[in-house]
Amino acid sequence: MLSNFFHSWVHDPLVNGLGTFGLVVWLVLCILAIAVPVILSVALYVWWERKVLGWMHVRMGPNSVGPAGLAQTFADVFKLLLKEYFMPQAASKFLFVIAPLIALVPAFAAWAVVPFDDKVVLADINAGLLYLLAMTSLGVYGIILAGWSSNSKYAMLGAMRSAAQVVSYEIAMGMALVGVLICAGSLNLSDIVRAQSGHWGIFNGFWLPLFPLFLIYFISGVAETNRAPFDVAEGESEIVAGFHVEYSGAPFAVFFLTEYANMILISFLAAVLFLGGWNSIFPVSVPVLGAPGWWWLFAKAFFFAFFYLWFRAAFPRYRYDQIMRLGWKVFVPIAIVWVLVAGCLVYFDIVGPGKV
Amino acid sequence: MSFELILFYLFAAVLTVAALGVITVKNSVHAALLLVLTFFTAAALWLLLQAEFLAIALVLVYVGAVMVLFLFVVMMLDIKIEPLREGFVRYLPVGAIVALVMLTEMLMLIGLKVMSAQTLPPDPAGASNTAWLGKALFTQFLLPFEVAAVILTVALIAAVMLTLRRRVGVKAQNPAKQVAVKASERIRIVKMESASKGASTP
Repeated sequence: MLSNFFHSWVHDPLVNGLGTFGLVVWLVLCILAIAVPVILSVALYVWWERKVLGWMHVRMGPNSVGPAGLAQTFADVFKLLLKEYFMPQAASKFLFVIAPLIALVPAFAAWAVVPFDDKVVLADINAGLLYLLAMTSLGVYGIILAGWSSNSKYAMLGAMRSAAQVVSYEIAMGMALVGVLICAGSLNLSDIVRAQSGHWGIFNGFWLPLFPLFLIYFISGVAETNRAPFDVAEGESEIVAGFHVEYSGAPFAVFFLTEYANMILISFLAAVLFLGGWNSIFPVSVPVLGAPGWWWLFAKAFFFAFFYLWFRAAFPRYRYDQIMRLGWKVFVPIAIVWVLVAGCLVYFDIVGPGKV
Repeated sequence: MSFELILFYLFAAVLTVAALGVITVKNSVHAALLLVLTFFTAAALWLLLQAEFLAIALVLVYVGAVMVLFLFVVMMLDIKIEPLREGFVRYLPVGAIVALVMLTEMLMLIGLKVMSAQTLPPDPAGASNTAWLGKALFTQFLLPFEVAAVILTVALIAAVMLTLRRRVGVKAQNPAKQVAVKASERIRIVKMESASKGASTP
Protein backbone atom coordinates (compact mmCIF):
# COMPACT_ATOMS: atom_id res chain seq x y z
CA MET A 1 0.00 0.00 0.00
CA LEU A 2 2.94 2.26 0.76
CA SER A 3 4.41 1.55 -2.66
CA ASN A 4 1.01 2.14 -4.27
CA PHE A 5 0.74 5.51 -2.55
CA PHE A 6 4.16 6.62 -3.78
CA HIS A 7 3.50 5.20 -7.20
CA SER A 8 0.29 7.14 -7.73
CA TRP A 9 1.36 10.38 -6.02
CA VAL A 10 5.05 10.72 -6.95
CA HIS A 11 5.93 8.33 -9.76
CA ASP A 12 2.95 8.96 -12.05
CA PRO A 13 3.02 12.80 -12.02
CA LEU A 14 6.81 12.79 -12.54
CA VAL A 15 6.83 10.33 -15.43
CA ASN A 16 3.65 11.62 -17.08
CA GLY A 17 4.67 15.24 -16.70
CA LEU A 18 8.37 15.13 -17.48
CA GLY A 19 8.88 11.93 -19.48
CA THR A 20 12.37 10.39 -19.39
CA PHE A 21 13.71 13.18 -17.20
CA GLY A 22 10.93 12.53 -14.70
CA LEU A 23 11.85 8.84 -14.64
CA VAL A 24 15.46 9.72 -13.87
CA VAL A 25 14.30 12.03 -11.05
CA TRP A 26 12.07 9.25 -9.69
CA LEU A 27 14.97 6.77 -9.76
CA VAL A 28 17.29 9.22 -8.00
CA LEU A 29 14.64 9.74 -5.33
CA CYS A 30 14.33 5.96 -4.91
CA ILE A 31 18.11 5.59 -4.63
CA LEU A 32 18.25 8.34 -2.00
CA ALA A 33 15.39 6.69 -0.13
CA ILE A 34 17.62 3.61 0.22
CA ALA A 35 21.09 5.17 0.53
CA VAL A 36 20.32 7.78 3.20
CA PRO A 37 18.74 5.27 5.63
CA VAL A 38 21.68 2.92 5.00
CA ILE A 39 24.15 5.65 5.95
CA LEU A 40 22.11 6.57 9.02
CA SER A 41 21.80 2.96 10.08
CA VAL A 42 25.57 2.58 9.69
CA ALA A 43 25.99 5.41 12.19
CA LEU A 44 23.53 3.81 14.60
CA TYR A 45 25.09 0.40 14.05
CA VAL A 46 28.50 1.74 15.08
CA TRP A 47 26.91 3.08 18.26
CA TRP A 48 25.14 -0.24 18.87
CA GLU A 49 28.39 -2.14 18.29
CA ARG A 50 30.23 -0.07 20.87
CA LYS A 51 27.37 -0.49 23.32
CA VAL A 52 27.15 -4.27 22.82
CA LEU A 53 30.92 -4.70 23.04
CA GLY A 54 30.86 -2.60 26.18
CA TRP A 55 28.18 -4.73 27.80
CA MET A 56 30.00 -7.91 26.85
CA HIS A 57 33.17 -6.52 28.41
CA VAL A 58 31.18 -5.47 31.48
CA ARG A 59 31.67 -1.75 30.91
CA MET A 60 29.38 1.05 29.80
CA GLY A 61 30.26 1.80 26.20
CA PRO A 62 29.67 5.34 24.95
CA ASN A 63 27.39 7.09 27.42
CA SER A 64 28.37 10.76 27.65
CA VAL A 65 27.53 12.45 24.36
CA GLY A 66 23.80 12.73 23.82
CA PRO A 67 21.13 10.42 25.27
CA ALA A 68 22.71 7.00 26.00
CA GLY A 69 25.77 8.09 24.05
CA LEU A 70 23.81 8.18 20.81
CA ALA A 71 25.44 11.37 19.57
CA GLN A 72 28.90 9.87 20.05
CA THR A 73 28.80 8.22 16.64
CA PHE A 74 27.85 11.49 14.93
CA ALA A 75 30.60 13.27 16.83
CA ASP A 76 33.02 10.67 15.47
CA VAL A 77 31.74 11.19 11.94
CA PHE A 78 32.34 14.93 12.15
CA LYS A 79 35.74 14.37 13.71
CA LEU A 80 36.73 12.13 10.79
CA LEU A 81 35.35 14.49 8.17
CA LEU A 82 37.10 17.53 9.63
CA LYS A 83 40.44 15.85 10.18
CA GLU A 84 43.38 16.66 7.95
CA TYR A 85 43.54 14.61 4.81
CA PHE A 86 46.97 13.22 4.26
CA MET A 87 48.52 11.43 1.29
CA PRO A 88 51.86 9.61 1.33
CA GLN A 89 54.39 11.25 -0.95
CA ALA A 90 55.20 8.06 -2.85
CA ALA A 91 51.55 7.06 -3.27
CA SER A 92 49.99 6.46 -6.65
CA LYS A 93 47.90 9.63 -6.48
CA PHE A 94 44.91 8.84 -8.68
CA LEU A 95 44.38 5.31 -7.39
CA PHE A 96 44.91 6.41 -3.80
CA VAL A 97 42.05 8.88 -4.10
CA ILE A 98 39.72 6.64 -6.07
CA ALA A 99 40.21 3.43 -4.05
CA PRO A 100 37.75 4.29 -1.23
CA LEU A 101 35.14 5.21 -3.82
CA ILE A 102 35.66 1.94 -5.69
CA ALA A 103 35.08 0.14 -2.41
CA LEU A 104 31.99 2.21 -1.63
CA VAL A 105 30.12 1.94 -4.94
CA PRO A 106 29.48 -1.84 -5.01
CA ALA A 107 28.51 -1.79 -1.32
CA PHE A 108 25.68 0.61 -2.15
CA ALA A 109 24.87 -0.70 -5.64
CA ALA A 110 24.03 -4.11 -4.22
CA TRP A 111 21.11 -2.58 -2.28
CA ALA A 112 19.27 -2.01 -5.57
CA VAL A 113 17.93 -5.56 -5.67
CA VAL A 114 17.15 -6.07 -1.97
CA PRO A 115 13.36 -6.48 -1.57
CA PHE A 116 12.15 -4.72 1.57
CA ASP A 117 8.53 -5.76 1.22
CA ASP A 118 6.28 -7.25 -1.41
CA LYS A 119 6.95 -5.10 -4.53
CA VAL A 120 9.04 -2.61 -2.54
CA VAL A 121 12.33 -3.02 -4.39
CA LEU A 122 14.30 -0.62 -6.54
CA ALA A 123 15.14 -3.05 -9.36
CA ASP A 124 13.07 -6.23 -9.50
CA ILE A 125 15.41 -7.91 -11.98
CA ASN A 126 15.35 -11.57 -12.91
CA ALA A 127 19.06 -12.15 -12.36
CA GLY A 128 19.02 -10.50 -8.92
CA LEU A 129 21.08 -13.13 -7.14
CA LEU A 130 23.76 -13.08 -9.85
CA TYR A 131 23.86 -9.30 -9.67
CA LEU A 132 24.43 -9.52 -5.93
CA LEU A 133 27.30 -11.97 -6.39
CA ALA A 134 28.85 -9.73 -9.03
CA MET A 135 28.58 -6.63 -6.84
CA THR A 136 29.98 -8.28 -3.73
CA SER A 137 32.90 -9.61 -5.78
CA LEU A 138 33.73 -6.09 -6.97
CA GLY A 139 34.20 -4.80 -3.44
CA VAL A 140 37.64 -6.36 -3.17
CA TYR A 141 39.07 -3.96 -5.75
CA GLY A 142 38.83 -1.02 -3.40
CA ILE A 143 40.84 -2.92 -0.81
CA ILE A 144 43.50 -4.13 -3.25
CA LEU A 145 43.92 -0.70 -4.81
CA ALA A 146 44.09 1.00 -1.43
CA GLY A 147 46.80 -1.41 -0.38
CA TRP A 148 48.84 -1.09 -3.54
CA SER A 149 48.52 2.64 -4.12
CA SER A 150 49.56 3.50 -0.55
CA ASN A 151 53.06 2.23 -1.37
CA SER A 152 53.42 0.87 2.13
CA LYS A 153 54.39 -2.65 3.13
CA TYR A 154 51.72 -2.99 5.79
CA ALA A 155 49.01 -1.79 3.46
CA MET A 156 50.22 -4.14 0.74
CA LEU A 157 50.23 -7.12 3.10
CA GLY A 158 46.73 -6.30 4.26
CA ALA A 159 45.51 -6.01 0.68
CA MET A 160 47.06 -9.35 -0.26
CA ARG A 161 45.52 -11.12 2.70
CA SER A 162 42.17 -9.57 2.03
CA ALA A 163 42.19 -10.42 -1.68
CA ALA A 164 43.06 -14.06 -1.06
CA GLN A 165 40.46 -14.35 1.67
CA VAL A 166 37.63 -12.68 -0.21
CA VAL A 167 38.22 -14.66 -3.41
CA SER A 168 38.31 -17.92 -1.44
CA TYR A 169 35.16 -17.31 0.55
CA GLU A 170 33.28 -16.08 -2.50
CA ILE A 171 33.31 -19.65 -3.82
CA ALA A 172 31.71 -21.08 -0.70
CA MET A 173 29.25 -18.19 -0.63
CA GLY A 174 28.34 -18.68 -4.30
CA MET A 175 27.73 -22.37 -3.69
CA ALA A 176 25.45 -21.55 -0.76
CA LEU A 177 23.48 -19.21 -3.03
CA VAL A 178 23.24 -21.96 -5.67
CA GLY A 179 21.45 -24.10 -3.09
CA VAL A 180 18.98 -21.27 -2.45
CA LEU A 181 18.26 -20.73 -6.13
CA ILE A 182 17.72 -24.46 -6.68
CA CYS A 183 15.12 -24.51 -3.90
CA ALA A 184 13.44 -21.29 -4.97
CA GLY A 185 13.61 -22.05 -8.69
CA SER A 186 14.38 -18.42 -9.40
CA LEU A 187 17.17 -15.86 -9.30
CA ASN A 188 14.76 -13.07 -8.48
CA LEU A 189 15.04 -12.10 -4.81
CA SER A 190 11.33 -11.30 -4.45
CA ASP A 191 10.47 -14.73 -5.87
CA ILE A 192 12.94 -16.32 -3.46
CA VAL A 193 11.13 -14.67 -0.54
CA ARG A 194 7.74 -15.71 -1.95
CA ALA A 195 8.96 -19.29 -2.24
CA GLN A 196 9.53 -19.21 1.52
CA SER A 197 6.02 -18.15 2.45
CA GLY A 198 3.63 -20.76 3.79
CA HIS A 199 1.59 -21.94 6.75
CA TRP A 200 4.46 -22.72 9.08
CA GLY A 201 5.93 -19.27 9.53
CA ILE A 202 9.66 -19.33 10.11
CA PHE A 203 9.83 -23.07 9.35
CA ASN A 204 9.04 -22.36 5.71
CA GLY A 205 12.37 -20.58 5.41
CA PHE A 206 15.20 -22.22 3.51
CA TRP A 207 17.37 -22.25 6.63
CA LEU A 208 15.77 -25.54 7.63
CA PRO A 209 16.37 -27.71 4.53
CA LEU A 210 19.60 -25.85 3.72
CA PHE A 211 20.95 -25.54 7.24
CA PRO A 212 24.64 -26.19 6.37
CA LEU A 213 24.43 -23.71 3.50
CA PHE A 214 22.81 -21.19 5.82
CA LEU A 215 25.73 -21.44 8.25
CA ILE A 216 28.26 -21.37 5.40
CA TYR A 217 26.60 -18.32 3.89
CA PHE A 218 26.66 -16.29 7.05
CA ILE A 219 30.18 -17.27 8.10
CA SER A 220 31.42 -16.56 4.56
CA GLY A 221 29.62 -13.23 4.78
CA VAL A 222 31.56 -12.41 7.94
CA ALA A 223 34.78 -13.38 6.16
CA GLU A 224 33.87 -11.39 3.05
CA THR A 225 33.39 -8.22 5.06
CA ASN A 226 36.75 -8.78 6.78
CA ARG A 227 35.21 -8.75 10.22
CA ALA A 228 36.40 -10.48 13.36
CA PRO A 229 37.26 -13.34 13.69
CA PHE A 230 38.36 -13.12 10.03
CA ASP A 231 39.86 -9.64 10.18
CA VAL A 232 43.43 -10.56 9.26
CA ALA A 233 43.24 -7.89 6.55
CA GLU A 234 43.35 -5.32 9.33
CA GLY A 235 45.16 -7.27 12.02
CA GLU A 236 46.08 -4.38 14.32
CA SER A 237 48.62 -6.40 16.23
CA GLU A 238 50.48 -7.63 13.13
CA ILE A 239 50.12 -5.13 10.31
CA VAL A 240 48.83 -2.05 12.15
CA ALA A 241 45.56 -1.49 10.27
CA GLY A 242 46.13 -3.35 7.03
CA PHE A 243 45.02 -1.85 3.78
CA HIS A 244 43.81 1.49 5.17
CA VAL A 245 46.83 2.27 7.33
CA GLU A 246 47.76 5.29 5.19
CA TYR A 247 44.25 6.72 5.04
CA SER A 248 43.06 9.47 7.31
CA GLY A 249 40.09 11.75 7.67
CA ALA A 250 37.29 11.52 5.12
CA PRO A 251 38.72 8.70 2.93
CA PHE A 252 39.12 6.57 6.03
CA ALA A 253 35.53 7.38 6.94
CA VAL A 254 34.51 6.10 3.50
CA PHE A 255 36.24 2.77 4.15
CA PHE A 256 34.54 2.62 7.53
CA LEU A 257 31.16 3.33 5.95
CA THR A 258 31.76 0.67 3.29
CA GLU A 259 32.59 -2.00 5.83
CA TYR A 260 29.51 -1.36 7.95
CA ALA A 261 27.20 -0.97 4.92
CA ASN A 262 28.45 -4.36 3.73
CA MET A 263 27.78 -5.89 7.13
CA ILE A 264 24.22 -4.60 7.13
CA LEU A 265 23.81 -5.82 3.54
CA ILE A 266 24.96 -9.34 4.43
CA SER A 267 22.55 -9.31 7.40
CA PHE A 268 19.66 -8.31 5.14
CA LEU A 269 20.59 -10.91 2.54
CA ALA A 270 20.82 -13.69 5.10
CA ALA A 271 17.31 -12.73 6.22
CA VAL A 272 16.01 -12.54 2.64
CA LEU A 273 17.60 -15.74 1.39
CA PHE A 274 17.23 -18.04 4.37
CA LEU A 275 14.75 -16.67 6.90
CA GLY A 276 11.92 -15.73 4.57
CA GLY A 277 12.49 -11.99 4.17
CA TRP A 278 9.36 -9.99 4.87
CA ASN A 279 7.30 -13.06 5.84
CA SER A 280 6.27 -13.28 9.48
CA ILE A 281 8.10 -15.72 11.70
CA PHE A 282 4.69 -16.83 12.99
CA PRO A 283 2.22 -18.89 10.96
CA VAL A 284 -0.18 -16.85 8.84
CA SER A 285 -3.09 -18.11 10.93
CA VAL A 286 -1.86 -16.17 13.98
CA PRO A 287 -3.80 -12.87 14.16
CA VAL A 288 -1.81 -9.60 13.81
CA LEU A 289 1.61 -11.21 14.33
CA GLY A 290 1.15 -13.50 11.35
CA ALA A 291 0.90 -10.62 8.88
CA PRO A 292 3.91 -10.19 6.60
CA GLY A 293 5.62 -6.82 6.40
CA TRP A 294 8.89 -4.98 6.15
CA TRP A 295 9.25 -4.91 9.95
CA TRP A 296 9.87 -8.66 9.93
CA LEU A 297 12.73 -8.27 7.48
CA PHE A 298 14.25 -5.51 9.58
CA ALA A 299 13.90 -7.57 12.77
CA LYS A 300 15.60 -10.57 11.14
CA ALA A 301 18.37 -8.39 9.72
CA PHE A 302 18.90 -6.87 13.15
CA PHE A 303 19.25 -10.37 14.55
CA PHE A 304 22.07 -11.15 12.10
CA ALA A 305 23.69 -7.75 12.58
CA PHE A 306 23.81 -8.50 16.29
CA PHE A 307 25.58 -11.80 15.52
CA TYR A 308 28.37 -9.86 13.85
CA LEU A 309 29.02 -7.99 17.09
CA TRP A 310 28.68 -11.11 19.17
CA PHE A 311 31.31 -12.87 17.03
CA ARG A 312 33.63 -9.96 17.44
CA ALA A 313 33.34 -10.01 21.19
CA ALA A 314 33.49 -13.79 21.52
CA PHE A 315 36.16 -15.14 19.17
CA PRO A 316 39.89 -14.52 18.87
CA ARG A 317 41.27 -13.80 15.40
CA TYR A 318 41.82 -16.78 13.13
CA ARG A 319 45.31 -17.57 11.97
CA TYR A 320 45.76 -17.05 8.24
CA ASP A 321 46.28 -20.71 7.27
CA GLN A 322 43.29 -21.69 9.39
CA ILE A 323 41.13 -19.26 7.46
CA MET A 324 42.23 -20.75 4.16
CA ARG A 325 41.68 -24.27 5.44
CA LEU A 326 38.20 -23.46 6.70
CA GLY A 327 37.25 -21.88 3.37
CA TRP A 328 38.68 -24.39 0.95
CA LYS A 329 38.75 -27.69 2.79
CA VAL A 330 35.66 -27.42 4.94
CA PHE A 331 33.13 -25.01 3.45
CA VAL A 332 33.57 -25.69 -0.27
CA PRO A 333 33.17 -29.51 -0.03
CA ILE A 334 30.19 -29.25 2.35
CA ALA A 335 28.56 -26.66 0.10
CA ILE A 336 29.03 -28.78 -3.03
CA VAL A 337 27.55 -31.84 -1.33
CA TRP A 338 24.61 -29.85 0.02
CA VAL A 339 23.89 -28.40 -3.41
CA LEU A 340 23.39 -32.00 -4.57
CA VAL A 341 21.17 -32.63 -1.53
CA ALA A 342 19.15 -29.52 -2.40
CA GLY A 343 18.75 -30.82 -5.94
CA CYS A 344 17.41 -34.12 -4.60
CA LEU A 345 15.05 -32.32 -2.19
CA VAL A 346 13.57 -30.35 -5.06
CA TYR A 347 13.47 -33.37 -7.39
CA PHE A 348 11.51 -35.43 -4.87
CA ASP A 349 9.17 -32.49 -4.19
CA ILE A 350 10.17 -32.08 -0.55
CA VAL A 351 10.99 -28.38 -0.83
CA GLY A 352 10.37 -25.89 -3.56
CA PRO A 353 8.13 -22.99 -4.52
CA GLY A 354 4.50 -23.59 -3.67
CA LYS A 355 5.16 -26.47 -1.26
CA VAL A 356 3.07 -26.45 1.94
CA MET B 1 19.40 9.43 -31.63
CA SER B 2 17.77 7.27 -29.02
CA PHE B 3 18.95 7.04 -25.43
CA GLU B 4 20.24 3.51 -25.96
CA LEU B 5 22.29 4.55 -28.97
CA ILE B 6 23.93 7.35 -26.96
CA LEU B 7 24.75 4.84 -24.24
CA PHE B 8 26.15 2.43 -26.82
CA TYR B 9 28.51 5.02 -28.27
CA LEU B 10 29.55 6.10 -24.78
CA PHE B 11 30.36 2.56 -23.67
CA ALA B 12 31.99 1.70 -26.98
CA ALA B 13 34.24 4.75 -26.74
CA VAL B 14 35.25 3.91 -23.17
CA LEU B 15 35.85 0.30 -24.17
CA THR B 16 38.10 1.22 -27.07
CA VAL B 17 40.11 3.75 -25.11
CA ALA B 18 40.53 1.34 -22.20
CA ALA B 19 41.55 -1.51 -24.49
CA LEU B 20 44.14 0.70 -26.17
CA GLY B 21 45.35 1.77 -22.76
CA VAL B 22 45.91 -1.86 -21.74
CA ILE B 23 48.63 -2.25 -24.37
CA THR B 24 50.11 1.25 -24.18
CA VAL B 25 50.38 2.31 -20.54
CA LYS B 26 53.75 1.79 -18.89
CA ASN B 27 52.67 0.61 -15.46
CA SER B 28 51.54 -3.02 -15.51
CA VAL B 29 49.14 -2.52 -12.59
CA HIS B 30 47.47 0.33 -14.46
CA ALA B 31 47.26 -1.93 -17.52
CA ALA B 32 45.53 -4.64 -15.48
CA LEU B 33 43.09 -2.09 -14.09
CA LEU B 34 42.33 -0.82 -17.58
CA LEU B 35 41.61 -4.43 -18.56
CA VAL B 36 39.12 -4.53 -15.68
CA LEU B 37 37.49 -1.40 -17.07
CA THR B 38 37.41 -3.02 -20.52
CA PHE B 39 35.62 -6.08 -19.19
CA PHE B 40 33.20 -3.97 -17.22
CA THR B 41 32.29 -1.83 -20.23
CA ALA B 42 31.91 -4.94 -22.37
CA ALA B 43 29.47 -6.22 -19.77
CA ALA B 44 27.56 -2.94 -20.02
CA LEU B 45 27.39 -3.37 -23.81
CA TRP B 46 26.01 -6.87 -23.39
CA LEU B 47 23.40 -5.50 -20.99
CA LEU B 48 22.31 -3.14 -23.76
CA LEU B 49 21.81 -6.24 -25.93
CA GLN B 50 19.60 -7.65 -23.14
CA ALA B 51 22.04 -10.50 -22.53
CA GLU B 52 21.92 -9.93 -18.80
CA PHE B 53 23.16 -13.37 -17.81
CA LEU B 54 26.29 -13.12 -19.94
CA ALA B 55 26.94 -9.56 -18.78
CA ILE B 56 26.70 -10.40 -15.10
CA ALA B 57 28.68 -13.62 -15.58
CA LEU B 58 31.42 -11.61 -17.26
CA VAL B 59 31.60 -9.24 -14.29
CA LEU B 60 31.37 -12.09 -11.81
CA VAL B 61 33.96 -14.39 -13.37
CA TYR B 62 36.42 -12.12 -15.13
CA VAL B 63 36.24 -8.92 -13.11
CA GLY B 64 35.43 -10.49 -9.76
CA ALA B 65 37.76 -13.48 -9.80
CA VAL B 66 40.19 -13.74 -12.72
CA MET B 67 41.32 -10.13 -12.74
CA VAL B 68 41.68 -10.04 -8.96
CA LEU B 69 44.16 -12.91 -9.16
CA PHE B 70 45.81 -11.28 -12.17
CA LEU B 71 46.21 -8.02 -10.29
CA PHE B 72 47.46 -9.96 -7.30
CA VAL B 73 50.25 -11.52 -9.38
CA VAL B 74 51.13 -8.32 -11.22
CA MET B 75 51.44 -6.44 -7.93
CA MET B 76 53.75 -9.08 -6.50
CA LEU B 77 56.08 -9.10 -9.50
CA ASP B 78 58.69 -6.44 -9.82
CA ILE B 79 58.55 -5.93 -13.55
CA LYS B 80 61.19 -3.75 -15.16
CA ILE B 81 59.68 -1.88 -18.05
CA GLU B 82 62.80 -1.02 -20.05
CA PRO B 83 63.91 -4.60 -20.96
CA LEU B 84 60.35 -5.28 -22.10
CA ARG B 85 60.33 -2.25 -24.31
CA GLU B 86 63.66 -2.73 -26.05
CA GLY B 87 63.68 -4.52 -29.40
CA PHE B 88 60.23 -3.22 -30.30
CA VAL B 89 61.23 -2.63 -33.93
CA ARG B 90 62.94 -6.01 -34.17
CA TYR B 91 59.83 -7.91 -33.06
CA LEU B 92 57.44 -5.72 -35.01
CA PRO B 93 57.32 -7.92 -38.17
CA VAL B 94 56.62 -11.06 -36.13
CA GLY B 95 53.92 -9.24 -34.19
CA ALA B 96 52.36 -7.92 -37.37
CA ILE B 97 52.26 -11.41 -38.90
CA VAL B 98 50.64 -12.87 -35.79
CA ALA B 99 48.07 -10.06 -35.75
CA LEU B 100 47.28 -10.61 -39.44
CA VAL B 101 46.87 -14.37 -38.99
CA MET B 102 44.55 -13.76 -36.04
CA LEU B 103 42.52 -11.28 -38.04
CA THR B 104 42.15 -13.76 -40.92
CA GLU B 105 41.13 -16.51 -38.52
CA MET B 106 38.55 -14.31 -36.87
CA LEU B 107 37.13 -13.26 -40.21
CA MET B 108 36.97 -16.88 -41.34
CA LEU B 109 35.29 -17.95 -38.12
CA ILE B 110 32.72 -15.18 -38.17
CA GLY B 111 32.16 -15.66 -41.90
CA LEU B 112 31.58 -19.37 -41.46
CA LYS B 113 29.22 -18.74 -38.55
CA VAL B 114 27.17 -16.40 -40.66
CA MET B 115 26.97 -18.96 -43.49
CA SER B 116 25.83 -21.79 -41.24
CA ALA B 117 23.73 -19.64 -38.98
CA GLN B 118 22.42 -21.92 -36.26
CA THR B 119 21.40 -19.29 -33.76
CA LEU B 120 18.78 -20.04 -31.18
CA PRO B 121 15.45 -18.43 -31.86
CA PRO B 122 14.50 -15.74 -29.34
CA ASP B 123 12.38 -17.15 -26.58
CA PRO B 124 8.74 -16.61 -27.56
CA ALA B 125 7.51 -17.04 -24.00
CA GLY B 126 9.75 -14.18 -22.90
CA ALA B 127 11.31 -16.27 -20.13
CA SER B 128 14.35 -14.95 -18.33
CA ASN B 129 17.66 -14.99 -20.12
CA THR B 130 19.22 -17.22 -17.50
CA ALA B 131 16.56 -19.92 -17.67
CA TRP B 132 16.69 -19.89 -21.45
CA LEU B 133 20.46 -20.20 -21.58
CA GLY B 134 20.46 -22.91 -18.94
CA LYS B 135 17.88 -24.95 -20.83
CA ALA B 136 19.86 -24.66 -24.06
CA LEU B 137 23.11 -25.65 -22.34
CA PHE B 138 21.67 -28.66 -20.55
CA THR B 139 19.56 -30.05 -23.39
CA GLN B 140 20.75 -29.01 -26.81
CA PHE B 141 24.44 -28.58 -25.99
CA LEU B 142 24.78 -31.02 -23.10
CA LEU B 143 27.71 -33.02 -24.50
CA PRO B 144 29.94 -30.05 -25.48
CA PHE B 145 29.14 -28.43 -22.16
CA GLU B 146 30.13 -31.48 -20.16
CA VAL B 147 33.25 -32.01 -22.26
CA ALA B 148 34.30 -28.42 -21.63
CA ALA B 149 33.69 -28.91 -17.91
CA VAL B 150 35.82 -32.06 -17.83
CA ILE B 151 38.64 -30.34 -19.74
CA LEU B 152 38.61 -27.43 -17.30
CA THR B 153 38.66 -29.80 -14.33
CA VAL B 154 41.61 -31.68 -15.82
CA ALA B 155 43.45 -28.40 -16.35
CA LEU B 156 42.72 -27.40 -12.77
CA ILE B 157 44.02 -30.65 -11.32
CA ALA B 158 47.07 -30.55 -13.61
CA ALA B 159 47.90 -27.03 -12.46
CA VAL B 160 47.64 -28.10 -8.83
CA MET B 161 49.82 -31.15 -9.43
CA LEU B 162 52.46 -29.12 -11.27
CA THR B 163 52.81 -26.55 -8.53
CA LEU B 164 52.31 -28.75 -5.48
CA ARG B 165 55.59 -29.91 -4.07
CA ARG B 166 56.12 -31.48 -0.73
CA ARG B 167 59.41 -30.47 0.80
CA VAL B 168 60.87 -32.45 3.65
CA GLY B 169 61.65 -30.74 6.89
CA VAL B 170 59.03 -28.02 6.61
CA LYS B 171 57.64 -27.04 9.97
CA ALA B 172 54.11 -26.49 8.75
CA GLN B 173 51.28 -26.79 11.21
CA ASN B 174 48.57 -29.35 10.72
CA PRO B 175 45.29 -27.64 11.64
CA ALA B 176 43.41 -30.94 11.91
CA LYS B 177 45.82 -32.09 14.61
CA GLN B 178 45.67 -28.71 16.31
CA VAL B 179 41.91 -28.80 16.43
CA ALA B 180 41.92 -32.34 17.82
CA VAL B 181 44.19 -31.41 20.70
CA LYS B 182 42.83 -32.08 24.19
CA ALA B 183 43.73 -30.17 27.30
CA SER B 184 44.86 -33.38 29.00
CA GLU B 185 47.58 -33.89 26.35
CA ARG B 186 48.99 -30.44 26.72
CA ILE B 187 49.03 -29.73 30.40
CA ARG B 188 49.87 -31.85 33.38
CA ILE B 189 48.56 -30.79 36.72
CA VAL B 190 51.04 -31.69 39.41
CA LYS B 191 49.57 -32.03 42.85
CA MET B 192 52.07 -31.29 45.54
CA GLU B 193 52.09 -30.47 49.16
CA SER B 194 52.29 -26.88 50.08
CA ALA B 195 55.24 -25.89 52.21
CA SER B 196 55.27 -27.81 55.50
CA LYS B 197 53.65 -26.00 58.33
CA GLY B 198 56.41 -26.40 60.87
CA ALA B 199 59.25 -24.92 58.82
CA SER B 200 60.16 -21.42 59.71
CA THR B 201 61.46 -18.89 57.26
CA PRO B 202 65.22 -18.56 57.36
